[in-house]
Amino acid sequence: MIKPISSRGTIVAKTGNEIAAEAMRQIEPDVVAAYPITPATEIVQIFSQFVSDGIVKTKYIAVESEHSAMSATIAASAAGVRAMTGTSSQGLCFMWEMLYIASGLRLPIVMVEVNRAIAAPINIHGDHSDTMGARDSGWIQIYSENVQEVYDNIIQAINIAEKTQLPVLVAMDGFIISHCMEIAEIYNDNAVKLFIGEYKPTRYLLDIKHPYTLGSLDLQDYYFEHRYQVAQAMSHANKTILQIANDFNNIFGHEYHLYEKYKLDDAELGIIIIGSAAGIVKMAINELRSKNLKVGLLKVRVYRPFPREYIIKDLAHIKAIAVLDRVDSCSGAFAPLYSDVVSALYSEGITTPKVINYIYGLGGRDINIEHIKSIYNTLNKILLDKEEQYNKINYINLRK
Amino acid sequence: MNKNDDKKYIYTATTLPIGDIVEAGTASKFYTGDWRVKKPIWNSKKCINCLTCWIYCPDSSIKLTISDIKQNIINGIDYKYCKGCGICAKECKLNAIIMEEEIK
Repeated sequence: MIKPISSRGTIVAKTGNEIAAEAMRQIEPDVVAAYPITPATEIVQIFSQFVSDGIVKTKYIAVESEHSAMSATIAASAAGVRAMTGTSSQGLCFMWEMLYIASGLRLPIVMVEVNRAIAAPINIHGDHSDTMGARDSGWIQIYSENVQEVYDNIIQAINIAEKTQLPVLVAMDGFIISHCMEIAEIYNDNAVKLFIGEYKPTRYLLDIKHPYTLGSLDLQDYYFEHRYQVAQAMSHANKTILQIANDFNNIFGHEYHLYEKYKLDDAELGIIIIGSAAGIVKMAINELRSKNLKVGLLKVRVYRPFPREYIIKDLAHIKAIAVLDRVDSCSGAFAPLYSDVVSALYSEGITTPKVINYIYGLGGRDINIEHIKSIYNTLNKILLDKEEQYNKINYINLRK
Repeated sequence: MNKNDDKKYIYTATTLPIGDIVEAGTASKFYTGDWRVKKPIWNSKKCINCLTCWIYCPDSSIKLTISDIKQNIINGIDYKYCKGCGICAKECKLNAIIMEEEIK
């Protein structure tokens, strides 16, 4: 949720990629290892220019693949320094096994991820297939609706990662956010550096006075306990994320929660969505509210850990909900966000809202205000018991 | 897992150091020699202590000791850790190490 722009920072016009590089310049991590991939290339391209111009003291490692990028980032983090990387789509897929190692070793790495479809057929445009596939990898996932949120989320991610000892992925929609220029507020370098503070790892491998083993074999004896610890850290992370968001708001004047509610408190019909498409949902809501329709939005910002215990309180009173997924899990059942929302509600015994699943925007397919209005229209029909077939996946703007 | 098994695990999920961090050097507690199918036999009479086998051993299974003239010499094979890969026997130019079928 963005308040009217305050006078605390500087107003700039930047794309998502440019502002991500700007945030990284201010954070000035000790090590960045990355490999270029559309649409995330610019982030590390701009950042590498900062390195070669001597603007930052970061050690930049130009690696030969994303697998190596994540490996080098893991190694740097394990050695005891602040390490960051950036990627997208196939690049994230190529990092796959290393993602689990980063979380399993509890390394506070921060990655900027630009959401892009996964091949085949090859497509460079935005959808959430890449990060949704990594949703069980033990990484905290924070999604951004616009350029300002990209910037703010990256800065907060440093503190979140280091406090929870979990890696954090900050995502933005490919091209829609990564390449579109928007007005945003950036803060003073010193204020950002003060907010993130100096990194002081509790243990690190290059501390030769206190040697320990990292990444050793862990079989039937303790593997289960170690994975349980990751799951526990994840389930406790929400509190830390909220606390850091609160500190951030106090200093920079931008308010964040685990999710954003837009006219939801008195709504009868709700849409749940992740990422940039929340913008047009808000436009549709403004239009429909003027016609006295009680419609609202819940935009998920922190998807992992899923804010289960918080979200149910804000959804219990809604009569019909549409969950919009920008990914198809090809599961024969439902898409990820829908499954999480429904199991959150059902586990708390809340079975009154009728919940429907939509899939939209795969491979950058357009979604417009008319689509959103038609979804609210369908929800209204469900409310009036005029729509029977809501227990299946619906596809928006698909040519059937 | 029976009750006696439980006793040898000293950590719980709460007390276990996070992120697969255990004390250093735990590989010495893991006897990889159990995996062996073929066993290297060292012949001290043929051996000239060139240490080629010691260099090639991917583990630390060629045991060394200090000789009377303060040089490193071979002192046998550490069957606790030797996995029986046979690289030492392959590399030995004097056939001072030969591989035999493991009989247990």
